[in-house]
Amino acid sequence: MAVITIDKVSRWFGNVVAVNDVSMSIGPGITGLLGPNGAGKSTLIHMMSGFLAPSAGAVTLDGEAVWRNQQVYRKIGLVPERESMYDYLTGWEFVLANAELHGLPDPGAAAKRALALVEMEYAQERRTGTYSKGMKQRVKMASALVHDPSVLLLDEPFNGMDPRQRLHLMELLRRFGEDGRTVLFSSHILEEVEQLARHIEVVVAGRHAASGDFRRIRRLMTDRPHRYLVRSSDDRRLAAALIADGSTAGIELDWQERALRIQAINFQGFTTLLPKVAKEAGIRLYTVSPADESLESVFSYLVAS
Amino acid sequence: MNRTVARLTVRGLLGRRRGVLLLAVPVLLLAVSVAARSSGADRHDLAVSILGTLSLGTLVPILGLVVGTGVIATEIDDGSIVYLLAKPLPRWKIITTKLAVAIATTWVFAAVPTLLAGLIIYGTKDGLALAFTLGTLVSGAAYSAVFLLLGVVTRHAVIAGLAYALVWESLVGNFVSGAKTLSIQQWGLSVAKAFAADGALSAPVALGAAIPLLIVITIAATAFASVKLAGLTLAGEE
Repeated sequence: MAVITIDKVSRWFGNVVAVNDVSMSIGPGITGLLGPNGAGKSTLIHMMSGFLAPSAGAVTLDGEAVWRNQQVYRKIGLVPERESMYDYLTGWEFVLANAELHGLPDPGAAAKRALALVEMEYAQERRTGTYSKGMKQRVKMASALVHDPSVLLLDEPFNGMDPRQRLHLMELLRRFGEDGRTVLFSSHILEEVEQLARHIEVVVAGRHAASGDFRRIRRLMTDRPHRYLVRSSDDRRLAAALIADGSTAGIELDWQERALRIQAINFQGFTTLLPKVAKEAGIRLYTVSPADESLESVFSYLVAS
Repeated sequence: MNRTVARLTVRGLLGRRRGVLLLAVPVLLLAVSVAARSSGADRHDLAVSILGTLSLGTLVPILGLVVGTGVIATEIDDGSIVYLLAKPLPRWKIITTKLAVAIATTWVFAAVPTLLAGLIIYGTKDGLALAFTLGTLVSGAAYSAVFLLLGVVTRHAVIAGLAYALVWESLVGNFVSGAKTLSIQQWGLSVAKAFAADGALSAPVALGAAIPLLIVITIAATAFASVKLAGLTLAGEE
């Protein structure tokens, strides 16, 4: 049960504040670190992995300071964003070297296991300089996993991957999360985070904008209407019944989609009201889907606020 | 010493034909030595000039610069150093291993050719060949340590190293005699003088100053490089 704690951490570079008074705790399971480019995600990951000192505050792993503490690397596996990785080595040599540097008792066996985990045995004799971006990412993963760490930190791991490679890596990370490892990955692509992590930490302009389940975060933002797309057996009658209630701000009849676009003010009230109203009016609901509950909308709300 | 760090460093430094390129300068030294031997000039003067100016004054600092910075600066620049640093490995061990590789390479590519060049030009007379070889050994070690430190502390290590070797040692040292006291090249020359026959060589820096300075600079540069590597920060991608 490894826990990374970031306690009132700030980091500035000259006059530029990259991370501003951020506190968060990253525990077992998968956590997505989300934010636009330049938000401070890499700075945070560098501080969590001991490659950057906080200007203020503290970053600890299970209570131990991370900065200038080489022993934390027994627990941490790091997948950096940069691609350079001793291009003159083969995949096997690279992962084996990483196992040896960890001082593992049987580095050969550890390297073999790690390469099998990322399904890269077939290319292990090729130089890493000849690898595609996705292959490099997987070998980097193998090097990070070679010592079986309890914490895995990944900086923009899906960059440059094709959809198949992306799915494979997601599956792999899911497995690690289910195993009880602490997995944190950063991304500026909302779909990636949405598919993989229910728990997100949102960073905007160096500030910790939100933390928790992304759907709950969206619901907490009650000052904006929630949008739903609803298809029913009688859209007009349903619209009339719904607009009479205070939890609905506006309803649009979308002819092209043959659906209702509903703006709900009160999330809790609306989700209770809709099935009740439909049942009382004898209307069948075919589709009820949140139209804006993607991370993209959560994100733009957070940025706007 | 860490064998894996040493192996990675050697392959990074000498792999992909770099080793062949490093051979170019000592081959040039040997070619000049062979040509000088067949000339009618005074052999002693030729030996002092070629071994002192070309080898100790040019070959050793240039090789020290290329090798000293090459063992670490490239990894820091391209970010691959992260794979060494994200390990429970003492930073001093990484630095001393890389320094050992740098020193050994400098010795192979500078000290050995210096010995051969000395033997070609002047044989074993006055002990000049051996004396200059010892001078290149000690100065090669000091250059490696200083340039390795530059590789850790600045992204412009080659420029800073060239400024030291060319501007300070060669240019300023020629006009300001006091500058020679802070010259690795001159310290190496002092060591060479101590092992050459009496009166065969002259050196402006006393051996009593040169040896402590060589030791202090080499150890201090290594220790400082270890401290700086322990606090190395990765530049953000953002």
